Amino acid sequence: MRSISSTPHIRDKQTTTGIMGAVILALMPATVFGIVNFGFKALLLIIISIASAVFFEWGFEKITKKKSTVKDLSAVLTGLLLALNLPVSVPWWMPIIGSFVAIVVIKMLFGGLGQNFMNPALGARCFLVISFSKLMTDFSYIPGFGGTDAVSGATPLMALKNGEGFDMLSMFIGNEAGTIGETSAMMLLIGGMFLMFAGIITWHLTFSYLLSFVVFITLFSGYGLNMVYIGAQLYGGGLMLGAFFMATDYVTRPVSRKGQLIYGVFLGVMTGIFRLFGPGAEGVSYAIIIGNLIVPLIEKLTVPKHFGYGKEAAK
Amino acid sequence: MEKEKNSVWKPFINGLINENPTFVLMLGMCPTLAVTTSAINGLGMGLTTTVVLAMSNIIISALRNVIPDKVRIPAFIVIIASFVTIVGQFLEAYLPALNSALGMFIPLIVVNCIILGRAEAFASKNGVFASLMDGLGMGLGFTAALTLIGAVREILGSFSVFGISFKEQLESIGMVPISIFVMAPGAFFVLAGINALMSVIRDRQLKEKGESKIKAGCDTDCLSCGNDSCIHKFYDEKGGAR
Repeated sequence: MRSISSTPHIRDKQTTTGIMGAVILALMPATVFGIVNFGFKALLLIIISIASAVFFEWGFEKITKKKSTVKDLSAVLTGLLLALNLPVSVPWWMPIIGSFVAIVVIKMLFGGLGQNFMNPALGARCFLVISFSKLMTDFSYIPGFGGTDAVSGATPLMALKNGEGFDMLSMFIGNEAGTIGETSAMMLLIGGMFLMFAGIITWHLTFSYLLSFVVFITLFSGYGLNMVYIGAQLYGGGLMLGAFFMATDYVTRPVSRKGQLIYGVFLGVMTGIFRLFGPGAEGVSYAIIIGNLIVPLIEKLTVPKHFGYGKEAAK
Repeated sequence: MEKEKNSVWKPFINGLINENPTFVLMLGMCPTLAVTTSAINGLGMGLTTTVVLAMSNIIISALRNVIPDKVRIPAFIVIIASFVTIVGQFLEAYLPALNSALGMFIPLIVVNCIILGRAEAFASKNGVFASLMDGLGMGLGFTAALTLIGAVREILGSFSVFGISFKEQLESIGMVPISIFVMAPGAFFVLAGINALMSVIRDRQLKEKGESKIKAGCDTDCLSCGNDSCIHKFYDEKGGAR
Protein backbone atom coordinates (compact mmCIF):
# COMPACT_ATOMS: atom_id res chain seq x y z
CA MET A 1 0.00 0.00 0.00
CA ARG A 2 2.83 2.34 0.73
CA SER A 3 4.94 1.37 -2.24
CA ILE A 4 4.50 4.14 -4.78
CA SER A 5 6.15 3.84 -8.17
CA SER A 6 8.79 6.34 -9.17
CA THR A 7 7.95 9.68 -10.74
CA PRO A 8 6.33 11.13 -12.81
CA HIS A 9 2.94 10.96 -11.15
CA ILE A 10 -0.34 12.23 -12.46
CA ARG A 11 -2.30 14.48 -10.14
CA ASP A 12 -6.04 14.24 -10.22
CA LYS A 13 -8.72 16.18 -8.45
CA GLN A 14 -11.07 13.18 -8.30
CA THR A 15 -11.70 11.86 -4.81
CA THR A 16 -13.51 8.73 -3.72
CA THR A 17 -16.21 10.82 -2.13
CA GLY A 18 -16.59 12.88 -5.29
CA ILE A 19 -16.95 9.82 -7.52
CA MET A 20 -19.38 8.09 -5.20
CA GLY A 21 -21.39 11.31 -4.89
CA ALA A 22 -21.58 11.69 -8.66
CA VAL A 23 -22.78 8.10 -9.11
CA ILE A 24 -25.41 8.59 -6.41
CA LEU A 25 -26.51 11.79 -8.12
CA ALA A 26 -26.70 9.96 -11.45
CA LEU A 27 -28.89 7.30 -9.86
CA MET A 28 -31.31 9.89 -8.54
CA PRO A 29 -33.59 10.06 -11.63
CA ALA A 30 -34.08 6.30 -11.60
CA THR A 31 -34.53 6.30 -7.82
CA VAL A 32 -37.13 9.02 -7.91
CA PHE A 33 -38.90 7.29 -10.76
CA GLY A 34 -38.86 4.03 -8.82
CA ILE A 35 -40.43 5.72 -5.81
CA VAL A 36 -43.11 7.34 -7.98
CA ASN A 37 -43.80 4.09 -9.80
CA PHE A 38 -43.80 1.75 -6.81
CA GLY A 39 -44.99 4.05 -4.06
CA PHE A 40 -44.04 4.79 -0.48
CA LYS A 41 -42.78 1.27 0.27
CA ALA A 42 -40.00 1.72 -2.27
CA LEU A 43 -38.76 4.83 -0.46
CA LEU A 44 -38.88 2.94 2.81
CA LEU A 45 -36.84 0.05 1.42
CA ILE A 46 -34.25 2.46 0.00
CA ILE A 47 -33.89 4.26 3.33
CA ILE A 48 -33.60 1.00 5.29
CA SER A 49 -31.06 -0.32 2.83
CA ILE A 50 -28.83 2.76 2.90
CA ALA A 51 -29.08 3.17 6.66
CA SER A 52 -28.21 -0.46 7.36
CA ALA A 53 -25.32 -0.43 4.87
CA VAL A 54 -23.81 2.64 6.54
CA PHE A 55 -24.44 1.16 9.96
CA PHE A 56 -22.71 -2.12 9.11
CA GLU A 57 -19.69 -0.32 7.66
CA TRP A 58 -19.43 1.93 10.72
CA GLY A 59 -19.97 -0.98 13.11
CA PHE A 60 -17.44 -3.27 11.44
CA GLU A 61 -14.79 -0.59 11.50
CA LYS A 62 -15.62 0.21 15.11
CA ILE A 63 -15.29 -3.42 16.19
CA THR A 64 -12.08 -4.06 14.26
CA LYS A 65 -10.68 -0.68 15.34
CA LYS A 66 -10.11 0.57 11.84
CA LYS A 67 -10.33 4.08 10.53
CA SER A 68 -13.91 4.90 9.67
CA THR A 69 -14.60 5.14 5.94
CA VAL A 70 -18.28 5.94 6.24
CA LYS A 71 -17.74 9.46 4.94
CA ASP A 72 -16.54 8.33 1.50
CA LEU A 73 -20.18 7.56 0.60
CA SER A 74 -19.33 4.12 -0.79
CA ALA A 75 -21.60 2.42 1.74
CA VAL A 76 -24.40 4.81 0.82
CA LEU A 77 -23.96 3.90 -2.83
CA THR A 78 -23.91 0.18 -2.07
CA GLY A 79 -27.07 0.49 -0.02
CA LEU A 80 -28.79 2.48 -2.75
CA LEU A 81 -27.79 0.05 -5.50
CA LEU A 82 -28.92 -2.88 -3.39
CA ALA A 83 -32.33 -1.32 -2.81
CA LEU A 84 -32.70 -0.55 -6.51
CA ASN A 85 -32.10 -4.25 -7.16
CA LEU A 86 -34.94 -5.44 -4.91
CA PRO A 87 -38.54 -5.93 -5.95
CA VAL A 88 -40.85 -3.65 -4.01
CA SER A 89 -42.81 -6.54 -2.52
CA VAL A 90 -39.97 -7.81 -0.30
CA PRO A 91 -40.38 -7.60 3.48
CA TRP A 92 -38.58 -4.80 5.33
CA TRP A 93 -35.82 -7.00 6.76
CA MET A 94 -34.63 -8.10 3.34
CA PRO A 95 -32.42 -5.03 2.66
CA ILE A 96 -30.87 -5.40 6.12
CA ILE A 97 -29.72 -8.96 5.41
CA GLY A 98 -28.60 -7.84 1.97
CA SER A 99 -26.62 -4.92 3.39
CA PHE A 100 -24.95 -7.20 5.90
CA VAL A 101 -23.84 -9.58 3.15
CA ALA A 102 -22.76 -6.72 0.89
CA ILE A 103 -20.84 -4.66 3.41
CA VAL A 104 -19.52 -7.15 5.95
CA VAL A 105 -19.11 -10.36 3.98
CA ILE A 106 -18.27 -9.14 0.50
CA LYS A 107 -16.58 -5.82 1.18
CA MET A 108 -15.08 -5.48 4.66
CA LEU A 109 -13.93 -9.07 5.20
CA PHE A 110 -11.86 -8.79 2.04
CA GLY A 111 -10.28 -5.55 3.20
CA GLY A 112 -12.75 -2.76 2.56
CA LEU A 113 -13.25 -0.47 -0.39
CA GLY A 114 -10.81 -1.21 -3.18
CA GLN A 115 -10.14 -4.77 -2.05
CA ASN A 116 -13.49 -6.40 -2.71
CA PHE A 117 -13.34 -8.88 -5.57
CA MET A 118 -17.03 -8.63 -6.33
CA ASN A 119 -19.57 -5.86 -6.60
CA PRO A 120 -21.04 -5.81 -3.07
CA ALA A 121 -24.58 -4.81 -4.07
CA LEU A 122 -24.79 -7.43 -6.81
CA GLY A 123 -23.21 -10.13 -4.68
CA ALA A 124 -25.79 -9.42 -2.01
CA ARG A 125 -28.57 -9.46 -4.58
CA CYS A 126 -27.50 -12.89 -5.78
CA PHE A 127 -27.27 -14.08 -2.18
CA LEU A 128 -30.85 -12.92 -1.62
CA VAL A 129 -32.13 -14.38 -4.89
CA ILE A 130 -30.67 -17.78 -4.05
CA SER A 131 -31.81 -17.65 -0.42
CA PHE A 132 -35.30 -16.25 -0.87
CA SER A 133 -36.06 -17.13 -4.45
CA LYS A 134 -39.81 -16.92 -3.96
CA LEU A 135 -39.82 -13.50 -2.32
CA MET A 136 -37.19 -12.05 -4.62
CA THR A 137 -39.07 -12.93 -7.81
CA ASP A 138 -42.44 -11.69 -6.64
CA PHE A 139 -42.87 -8.58 -8.74
CA SER A 140 -46.50 -7.80 -7.93
CA TYR A 141 -46.97 -4.23 -6.76
CA ILE A 142 -49.48 -1.47 -6.19
CA PRO A 143 -48.71 1.35 -8.59
CA GLY A 144 -47.38 4.55 -7.13
CA PHE A 145 -49.38 7.33 -5.63
CA GLY A 146 -52.15 7.10 -8.22
CA GLY A 147 -53.82 3.74 -8.65
CA THR A 148 -55.10 1.31 -6.08
CA ASP A 149 -55.25 -1.91 -8.06
CA ALA A 150 -52.41 -4.31 -7.48
CA VAL A 151 -50.51 -5.30 -10.59
CA SER A 152 -49.66 -8.96 -10.63
CA GLY A 153 -46.25 -9.10 -11.71
CA ALA A 154 -44.77 -10.65 -14.76
CA THR A 155 -41.87 -8.41 -15.67
CA PRO A 156 -41.60 -7.46 -19.34
CA LEU A 157 -38.66 -9.83 -19.64
CA MET A 158 -40.68 -12.75 -18.31
CA ALA A 159 -43.45 -11.87 -20.77
CA LEU A 160 -40.88 -11.69 -23.52
CA LYS A 161 -39.44 -15.07 -22.60
CA ASN A 162 -42.89 -16.63 -22.58
CA GLY A 163 -43.63 -15.09 -25.95
CA GLU A 164 -46.31 -12.74 -24.65
CA GLY A 165 -46.85 -9.20 -25.77
CA PHE A 166 -45.24 -6.13 -24.25
CA ASP A 167 -45.56 -2.38 -24.51
CA MET A 168 -42.34 -0.89 -25.79
CA LEU A 169 -43.05 2.69 -24.76
CA SER A 170 -43.93 1.86 -21.16
CA MET A 171 -40.86 -0.35 -21.01
CA PHE A 172 -38.71 2.59 -22.03
CA ILE A 173 -40.38 4.99 -19.63
CA GLY A 174 -40.57 2.37 -16.95
CA ASN A 175 -44.05 1.99 -15.50
CA GLU A 176 -43.71 -1.78 -15.53
CA ALA A 177 -43.10 -4.51 -13.00
CA GLY A 178 -39.53 -5.14 -11.96
CA THR A 179 -37.06 -4.22 -9.25
CA ILE A 180 -37.26 -0.71 -7.84
CA GLY A 181 -34.52 0.84 -9.92
CA GLU A 182 -34.38 -1.18 -13.11
CA THR A 183 -37.67 -0.43 -14.82
CA SER A 184 -37.01 2.95 -16.33
CA ALA A 185 -34.50 2.69 -19.14
CA MET A 186 -35.01 6.38 -19.85
CA MET A 187 -34.04 7.56 -16.37
CA LEU A 188 -31.08 5.20 -16.25
CA LEU A 189 -29.90 6.49 -19.62
CA ILE A 190 -30.12 10.07 -18.35
CA GLY A 191 -28.04 9.12 -15.32
CA GLY A 192 -25.59 7.13 -17.40
CA MET A 193 -25.11 9.99 -19.85
CA PHE A 194 -24.47 12.32 -16.93
CA LEU A 195 -21.76 9.97 -15.65
CA MET A 196 -20.11 9.83 -19.06
CA PHE A 197 -20.12 13.59 -19.52
CA ALA A 198 -18.84 14.08 -16.00
CA GLY A 199 -15.97 11.77 -16.87
CA ILE A 200 -16.77 9.26 -14.14
CA ILE A 201 -17.17 6.39 -16.60
CA THR A 202 -15.96 6.04 -20.17
CA TRP A 203 -17.89 4.60 -23.06
CA HIS A 204 -15.66 1.56 -23.55
CA LEU A 205 -17.12 -0.83 -21.02
CA THR A 206 -20.79 0.12 -21.32
CA PHE A 207 -20.68 0.30 -25.10
CA SER A 208 -18.93 -3.02 -25.62
CA TYR A 209 -21.29 -4.63 -23.11
CA LEU A 210 -24.44 -3.41 -24.84
CA LEU A 211 -23.11 -3.99 -28.36
CA SER A 212 -21.94 -7.54 -27.72
CA PHE A 213 -25.25 -8.27 -26.03
CA VAL A 214 -27.16 -7.01 -29.06
CA VAL A 215 -24.98 -9.07 -31.39
CA PHE A 216 -25.47 -12.16 -29.27
CA ILE A 217 -29.24 -11.67 -29.11
CA THR A 218 -29.40 -11.12 -32.87
CA LEU A 219 -27.47 -14.29 -33.56
CA PHE A 220 -29.08 -16.67 -31.11
CA SER A 221 -32.56 -15.47 -30.15
CA GLY A 222 -34.21 -16.84 -33.28
CA TYR A 223 -35.82 -13.48 -34.00
CA GLY A 224 -32.91 -12.29 -36.12
CA LEU A 225 -32.45 -8.58 -36.57
CA ASN A 226 -35.84 -7.72 -35.11
CA MET A 227 -35.45 -4.19 -33.73
CA VAL A 228 -38.51 -4.43 -31.50
CA TYR A 229 -37.31 -7.62 -29.86
CA ILE A 230 -33.79 -6.30 -29.44
CA GLY A 231 -35.11 -3.05 -28.00
CA ALA A 232 -37.24 -4.93 -25.52
CA GLN A 233 -34.24 -6.99 -24.44
CA LEU A 234 -32.20 -3.81 -24.00
CA TYR A 235 -34.79 -1.84 -22.02
CA GLY A 236 -36.12 -4.79 -20.06
CA GLY A 237 -34.66 -6.07 -16.84
CA GLY A 238 -31.52 -4.83 -15.22
CA LEU A 239 -29.39 -4.42 -18.32
CA MET A 240 -29.26 -0.61 -18.31
CA LEU A 241 -28.71 -0.47 -14.55
CA GLY A 242 -26.02 -3.12 -14.88
CA ALA A 243 -24.25 -1.69 -17.88
CA PHE A 244 -24.08 1.90 -16.63
CA PHE A 245 -23.87 1.57 -12.87
CA MET A 246 -22.90 -1.96 -11.81
CA ALA A 247 -20.34 -3.20 -14.30
CA THR A 248 -18.55 0.15 -14.22
CA ASP A 249 -17.82 -0.06 -10.49
CA TYR A 250 -14.20 1.12 -10.22
CA VAL A 251 -13.10 -1.62 -7.89
CA THR A 252 -14.37 -4.62 -9.81
CA ARG A 253 -13.76 -3.65 -13.42
CA PRO A 254 -10.48 -3.94 -15.35
CA VAL A 255 -8.22 -0.91 -15.16
CA SER A 256 -7.09 -0.54 -18.76
CA ARG A 257 -9.36 0.53 -21.64
CA LYS A 258 -8.52 -2.61 -23.57
CA GLY A 259 -9.37 -4.72 -20.57
CA GLN A 260 -12.69 -2.93 -20.22
CA LEU A 261 -13.57 -3.70 -23.84
CA ILE A 262 -12.86 -7.40 -23.31
CA TYR A 263 -14.76 -7.33 -20.03
CA GLY A 264 -17.76 -5.71 -21.72
CA VAL A 265 -17.86 -8.35 -24.43
CA PHE A 266 -17.66 -11.10 -21.83
CA LEU A 267 -20.54 -9.56 -19.87
CA GLY A 268 -22.64 -9.14 -23.00
CA VAL A 269 -22.21 -12.75 -24.02
CA MET A 270 -22.82 -14.05 -20.49
CA THR A 271 -25.97 -11.94 -20.11
CA GLY A 272 -27.20 -13.24 -23.46
CA ILE A 273 -26.54 -16.83 -22.46
CA PHE A 274 -28.35 -16.39 -19.13
CA ARG A 275 -31.32 -14.66 -20.70
CA LEU A 276 -31.80 -16.92 -23.71
CA PHE A 277 -30.70 -20.31 -22.42
CA GLY A 278 -30.99 -19.97 -18.64
CA PRO A 279 -34.03 -21.04 -16.64
CA GLY A 280 -34.88 -17.48 -15.55
CA ALA A 281 -35.68 -14.42 -17.58
CA GLU A 282 -32.92 -12.29 -16.08
CA GLY A 283 -29.18 -12.78 -15.99
CA VAL A 284 -27.47 -9.42 -15.66
CA SER A 285 -26.51 -9.79 -12.02
CA TYR A 286 -25.10 -13.28 -12.43
CA ALA A 287 -23.24 -12.22 -15.56
CA ILE A 288 -21.61 -9.29 -13.78
CA ILE A 289 -20.51 -11.19 -10.69
CA ILE A 290 -19.05 -13.96 -12.85
CA GLY A 291 -17.38 -11.22 -14.85
CA ASN A 292 -15.97 -9.79 -11.61
CA LEU A 293 -14.28 -13.12 -10.97
CA ILE A 294 -12.44 -13.15 -14.29
CA VAL A 295 -11.29 -9.53 -14.00
CA PRO A 296 -7.87 -10.53 -12.55
CA LEU A 297 -7.29 -12.72 -15.62
CA ILE A 298 -8.24 -9.89 -17.97
CA GLU A 299 -5.88 -7.58 -16.10
CA LYS A 300 -3.07 -10.07 -16.59
CA LEU A 301 -3.71 -10.23 -20.31
CA THR A 302 -3.87 -6.48 -20.77
CA VAL A 303 -0.93 -5.17 -18.79
CA PRO A 304 -0.08 -1.91 -20.56
CA LYS A 305 3.37 -1.48 -22.05
CA HIS A 306 5.71 0.95 -20.36
CA PHE A 307 6.02 4.23 -22.15
CA GLY A 308 8.95 4.09 -24.58
CA TYR A 309 9.12 0.32 -24.75
CA GLY A 310 8.79 -1.16 -28.22
CA LYS A 311 7.32 -4.48 -29.19
CA GLU A 312 10.64 -6.21 -28.65
CA ALA A 313 11.23 -4.87 -25.19
CA ALA A 314 7.80 -5.89 -24.02
CA LYS A 315 8.87 -9.49 -24.23
CA MET B 1 2.55 -28.86 31.75
CA GLU B 2 4.88 -31.76 32.48
CA LYS B 3 2.07 -33.91 33.78
CA GLU B 4 -0.09 -33.19 30.78
CA LYS B 5 2.63 -34.23 28.38
CA ASN B 6 2.85 -37.75 29.71
CA SER B 7 -0.86 -38.23 30.16
CA VAL B 8 -2.67 -40.80 28.05
CA TRP B 9 -5.23 -38.14 27.34
CA LYS B 10 -2.78 -35.95 25.51
CA PRO B 11 -3.31 -37.32 21.99
CA PHE B 12 -7.04 -37.33 22.67
CA ILE B 13 -7.23 -33.68 23.75
CA ASN B 14 -4.83 -32.80 20.98
CA GLY B 15 -7.17 -34.19 18.34
CA LEU B 16 -10.28 -32.76 19.91
CA ILE B 17 -9.12 -29.18 20.34
CA ASN B 18 -5.53 -28.15 19.66
CA GLU B 19 -5.25 -29.90 16.34
CA ASN B 20 -8.91 -30.19 15.47
CA PRO B 21 -8.86 -31.80 12.01
CA THR B 22 -11.49 -29.50 10.55
CA PHE B 23 -10.78 -26.13 12.11
CA VAL B 24 -7.02 -26.32 12.61
CA LEU B 25 -5.57 -28.90 10.23
CA MET B 26 -8.16 -28.15 7.54
CA LEU B 27 -8.33 -31.83 6.57
CA GLY B 28 -11.32 -33.76 5.29
CA MET B 29 -12.90 -30.73 3.67
CA CYS B 30 -14.87 -32.78 1.15
CA PRO B 31 -17.21 -34.51 3.63
CA THR B 32 -17.19 -31.38 5.80
CA LEU B 33 -18.66 -29.28 3.01
CA ALA B 34 -20.83 -31.94 1.42
CA VAL B 35 -22.74 -33.72 4.17
CA THR B 36 -23.28 -31.02 6.79
CA THR B 37 -26.69 -29.96 5.52
CA SER B 38 -28.10 -30.98 8.89
CA ALA B 39 -26.76 -31.67 12.36
CA ILE B 40 -27.82 -35.33 12.21
CA ASN B 41 -25.94 -35.90 8.98
CA GLY B 42 -22.84 -34.22 10.40
CA LEU B 43 -23.03 -36.32 13.56
CA GLY B 44 -23.53 -39.54 11.59
CA MET B 45 -20.67 -38.81 9.24
CA GLY B 46 -18.40 -37.83 12.11
CA LEU B 47 -19.11 -40.93 14.18
CA THR B 48 -18.71 -43.23 11.17
CA THR B 49 -15.36 -41.66 10.45
CA THR B 50 -14.39 -41.92 14.13
CA VAL B 51 -15.00 -45.67 14.19
CA VAL B 52 -13.01 -46.21 11.01
CA LEU B 53 -10.24 -43.92 12.20
CA ALA B 54 -9.88 -45.57 15.61
CA MET B 55 -9.94 -49.10 14.22
CA SER B 56 -7.55 -48.44 11.38
CA ASN B 57 -5.20 -46.57 13.72
CA ILE B 58 -5.06 -49.61 16.01
CA ILE B 59 -4.31 -52.06 13.22
CA ILE B 60 -1.80 -49.82 11.46
CA SER B 61 -0.05 -49.11 14.73
CA ALA B 62 0.09 -52.81 15.55
CA LEU B 63 1.48 -53.64 12.13
CA ARG B 64 3.84 -50.67 11.95
CA ASN B 65 6.95 -52.82 12.23
CA VAL B 66 5.68 -55.38 9.74
CA ILE B 67 4.67 -53.09 6.90
CA PRO B 68 7.65 -52.24 4.67
CA ASP B 69 8.16 -48.51 4.20
CA LYS B 70 7.96 -48.56 0.42
CA VAL B 71 4.47 -50.05 0.22
CA ARG B 72 3.01 -48.46 3.31
CA ILE B 73 0.40 -46.32 1.52
CA PRO B 74 -1.26 -49.25 -0.34
CA ALA B 75 -1.13 -51.25 2.88
CA PHE B 76 -2.80 -48.43 4.83
CA ILE B 77 -5.46 -48.06 2.16
CA VAL B 78 -6.28 -51.76 2.25
CA ILE B 79 -6.68 -51.67 6.03
CA ILE B 80 -8.80 -48.50 5.92
CA ALA B 81 -10.93 -49.81 3.05
CA SER B 82 -11.68 -53.01 4.99
CA PHE B 83 -13.02 -51.04 7.93
CA VAL B 84 -14.99 -48.69 5.71
CA THR B 85 -16.62 -51.70 4.06
CA ILE B 86 -17.50 -53.18 7.45
CA VAL B 87 -18.94 -49.91 8.74
CA GLY B 88 -20.77 -49.32 5.45
CA GLN B 89 -22.44 -52.74 5.62
CA PHE B 90 -23.33 -52.12 9.25
CA LEU B 91 -24.95 -48.77 8.46
CA GLU B 92 -26.85 -50.25 5.56
CA ALA B 93 -28.27 -52.94 7.81
CA TYR B 94 -29.09 -50.96 10.94
CA LEU B 95 -29.33 -47.28 9.98
CA PRO B 96 -30.69 -47.26 6.43
CA ALA B 97 -32.00 -43.67 6.73
CA LEU B 98 -28.58 -42.28 7.64
CA ASN B 99 -26.98 -44.48 5.03
CA SER B 100 -29.11 -43.06 2.25
CA ALA B 101 -28.63 -39.50 3.54
CA LEU B 102 -24.85 -39.83 3.45
CA GLY B 103 -24.92 -41.89 0.27
CA MET B 104 -21.71 -41.85 -1.70
CA PHE B 105 -19.74 -40.25 1.11
CA ILE B 106 -19.60 -43.44 3.18
CA PRO B 107 -17.43 -45.39 0.70
CA LEU B 108 -15.48 -42.19 0.16
CA ILE B 109 -14.27 -42.31 3.77
CA VAL B 110 -11.54 -44.57 2.34
CA VAL B 111 -9.90 -41.56 0.79
CA ASN B 112 -10.63 -39.18 3.66
CA CYS B 113 -7.33 -37.43 4.25
CA ILE B 114 -7.79 -37.31 8.02
CA ILE B 115 -7.58 -41.09 8.24
CA LEU B 116 -4.63 -41.50 5.93
CA GLY B 117 -3.01 -38.44 7.50
CA ARG B 118 -3.24 -39.84 11.03
CA ALA B 119 -2.05 -43.25 9.85
CA GLU B 120 0.98 -41.63 8.27
CA ALA B 121 1.68 -39.00 10.93
CA PHE B 122 0.77 -40.79 14.13
CA ALA B 123 -0.22 -44.45 14.01
CA SER B 124 2.80 -45.60 12.04
CA LYS B 125 5.13 -44.06 14.63
CA ASN B 126 3.36 -44.63 17.95
CA GLY B 127 2.10 -47.44 20.13
CA VAL B 128 -1.29 -49.10 19.86
CA PHE B 129 -2.94 -47.43 22.81
CA ALA B 130 -1.72 -43.93 21.96
CA SER B 131 -2.90 -44.48 18.39
CA LEU B 132 -6.32 -45.50 19.63
CA MET B 133 -6.55 -42.34 21.72
CA ASP B 134 -5.35 -40.26 18.81
CA GLY B 135 -7.93 -41.84 16.52
CA LEU B 136 -10.72 -41.25 19.02
CA GLY B 137 -9.65 -37.66 19.67
CA MET B 138 -9.29 -36.78 16.02
CA GLY B 139 -12.53 -38.56 15.15
CA LEU B 140 -14.50 -36.86 17.91
CA GLY B 141 -12.96 -33.53 17.00
CA PHE B 142 -14.13 -34.12 13.44
CA THR B 143 -17.55 -35.18 14.73
CA ALA B 144 -17.89 -32.08 16.91
CA ALA B 145 -16.89 -29.82 14.03
CA LEU B 146 -19.27 -31.46 11.57
CA THR B 147 -22.14 -31.42 14.05
CA LEU B 148 -21.53 -27.76 14.81
CA ILE B 149 -21.41 -26.78 11.14
CA GLY B 150 -24.45 -28.93 10.43
CA ALA B 151 -26.40 -27.42 13.32
CA VAL B 152 -25.64 -23.84 12.26
CA ARG B 153 -26.55 -24.56 8.65
CA GLU B 154 -29.73 -26.36 9.65
CA ILE B 155 -30.85 -23.62 12.04
CA LEU B 156 -30.26 -20.81 9.54
CA GLY B 157 -31.23 -22.67 6.41
CA SER B 158 -34.27 -24.69 7.36
CA PHE B 159 -35.25 -23.54 10.88
CA SER B 160 -34.72 -26.87 12.58
CA VAL B 161 -32.00 -28.65 14.52
CA PHE B 162 -31.50 -32.40 15.03
CA GLY B 163 -34.75 -32.87 13.15
CA ILE B 164 -36.76 -30.76 15.61
CA SER B 165 -38.45 -28.17 13.45
CA PHE B 166 -39.47 -24.74 14.68
CA LYS B 167 -40.23 -23.55 11.19
CA GLU B 168 -43.95 -22.97 11.70
CA GLN B 169 -43.53 -20.86 14.82
CA LEU B 170 -40.93 -18.65 13.17
CA GLU B 171 -42.77 -18.37 9.90
CA SER B 172 -45.89 -17.28 11.72
CA ILE B 173 -43.99 -14.21 12.95
CA GLY B 174 -42.80 -13.47 9.43
CA MET B 175 -39.34 -15.02 9.37
CA VAL B 176 -38.15 -16.97 6.35
CA PRO B 177 -35.26 -19.47 6.41
CA ILE B 178 -32.16 -18.33 4.52
CA SER B 179 -32.09 -21.35 2.27
CA ILE B 180 -28.65 -20.58 0.82
CA PHE B 181 -27.22 -22.05 4.04
CA VAL B 182 -28.39 -25.57 3.22
CA MET B 183 -26.96 -25.25 -0.29
CA ALA B 184 -23.33 -25.57 -1.25
CA PRO B 185 -22.30 -21.91 -0.74
CA GLY B 186 -23.67 -22.00 2.81
CA ALA B 187 -21.16 -24.69 3.75
CA PHE B 188 -18.31 -22.38 2.82
CA PHE B 189 -19.85 -19.42 4.65
CA VAL B 190 -20.38 -21.35 7.87
CA LEU B 191 -17.00 -23.12 7.77
CA ALA B 192 -15.19 -19.84 7.20
CA GLY B 193 -17.23 -18.04 9.84
CA ILE B 194 -16.63 -20.64 12.58
CA ASN B 195 -12.99 -20.89 11.59
CA ALA B 196 -12.52 -17.14 11.88
CA LEU B 197 -14.21 -17.12 15.28
CA MET B 198 -11.95 -19.92 16.54
CA SER B 199 -8.90 -18.05 15.27
CA VAL B 200 -9.94 -14.95 17.17
CA ILE B 201 -10.43 -16.94 20.37
CA ARG B 202 -7.13 -18.78 19.96
CA ASP B 203 -5.30 -15.55 19.25
CA ARG B 204 -6.74 -13.95 22.34
CA GLN B 205 -5.79 -16.89 24.54
CA LEU B 206 -2.23 -16.80 23.24
CA LYS B 207 -2.08 -13.07 23.75
CA GLU B 208 -3.23 -13.42 27.34
CA LYS B 209 -0.45 -15.89 27.93
CA GLY B 210 1.88 -13.43 26.23
CA GLU B 211 3.03 -16.03 23.73
CA SER B 212 1.88 -14.68 20.41
CA LYS B 213 3.87 -11.96 18.78
CA ILE B 214 3.64 -13.62 15.40
CA LYS B 215 0.54 -12.83 13.43
CA ALA B 216 -1.24 -15.58 11.56
CA GLY B 217 0.37 -16.25 8.20
CA CYS B 218 3.69 -14.55 9.10
CA ASP B 219 7.04 -16.19 9.72
CA THR B 220 8.35 -13.61 12.15
CA ASP B 221 6.93 -10.98 14.45
CA CYS B 222 6.29 -7.52 13.09
CA LEU B 223 9.44 -5.94 14.54
CA SER B 224 11.79 -8.09 12.49
CA CYS B 225 9.56 -8.32 9.42
CA GLY B 226 10.85 -6.72 6.25
CA ASN B 227 7.57 -6.63 4.39
CA ASP B 228 6.50 -2.99 4.28
CA SER B 229 3.21 -3.62 2.58
CA CYS B 230 2.10 -6.15 5.20
CA ILE B 231 -1.40 -5.39 6.45
CA HIS B 232 -0.45 -6.34 10.01
CA LYS B 233 1.98 -3.45 10.15
CA PHE B 234 -0.90 -1.08 10.54
CA TYR B 235 -1.40 -2.40 14.03
CA ASP B 236 0.71 -1.95 17.11
CA GLU B 237 1.53 -4.71 19.56
CA LYS B 238 -1.71 -4.31 21.49
CA GLY B 239 -3.76 -4.80 18.38
CA GLY B 240 -5.02 -1.23 18.19
CA ALA B 241 -4.79 0.86 15.05
CA ARG B 242 -1.73 3.02 14.75
